[in-house]
Amino acid sequence: MWIYEKKLQYPVRVSTCNPMLARFLIEQYGGADGELSAALRYLNQRYSIPDEVIGLLTDIGTEEFAHLEMIATMVYKLTKDATPDQMKAAGLGDHYVNHDNALFYHNASGVPWTASYIQAKGDPIADLYEDIAAEEKARATYQWIIDMSDDPDLNDGLRFLREREVVHSQRFREAVEILKEERDKKKYF
Amino acid sequence: MKEFTQRKFYRPYVSPFDPCPPIRVKSYETPPELYLGFQPPGLPQYKPHQALFCGTLWPVLFSPYEKSYTRGDET
Ligand SMILES: [Fe+2]
Repeated sequence: MWIYEKKLQYPVRVSTCNPMLARFLIEQYGGADGELSAALRYLNQRYSIPDEVIGLLTDIGTEEFAHLEMIATMVYKLTKDATPDQMKAAGLGDHYVNHDNALFYHNASGVPWTASYIQAKGDPIADLYEDIAAEEKARATYQWIIDMSDDPDLNDGLRFLREREVVHSQRFREAVEILKEERDKKKYF
Repeated sequence: MKEFTQRKFYRPYVSPFDPCPPIRVKSYETPPELYLGFQPPGLPQYKPHQALFCGTLWPVLFSPYEKSYTRGDET
């Protein structure tokens, strides 16, 4: 089970009304390497991985939901008072037709989230390597969003999120090292 | 390179309330590319004919795979 704390993991500030930026940011909401994919991927892999890695997947998977919530807050702030005309000008006309100003799990091109973005192969090494790759891809996505954003307050939050991807990747690499070590040697060899 | 095994075994948590008879020992594969790093030059090689069978020129990269029913504790 989870315990919910009614605050964000890191403060989210948005200084300019910029629905166009929301369109780019939604990639990290419902895109292939976004926070929803990350959270669901890690929490689901926990059931078929050696016990000493389960806690790590729980912790990181949970944190990804906290990141998802930050992205949602950013997107919400960037679009909540945008008029239909502003939405249309930002390239969000098709989004508005379908969702008004609501958030939805799709990527920057409007492709809805799909479970085929994530995998649980059952092979612990394959799963952890997917996790490492996912963290690096998420890090890269944050870089490209920061490159296109001129909102310093928003970029502060994005830099925090990018740093967390770096840390997660490191932890998954450590998990691989743990699984590479010899174990129970006397008993089985 | 240090010696390593290509299959590791572990004992997953078993609940007293598991409905199926528990498999007490499970395994996963740890193939050689996890350990080699950047392959150094001049490693021992298979004879060409053997290499064609193995799928690699180098014994250090050969990874045999046993059928999965030997992965648990029923062996
Ligand atoms: Fe992450």
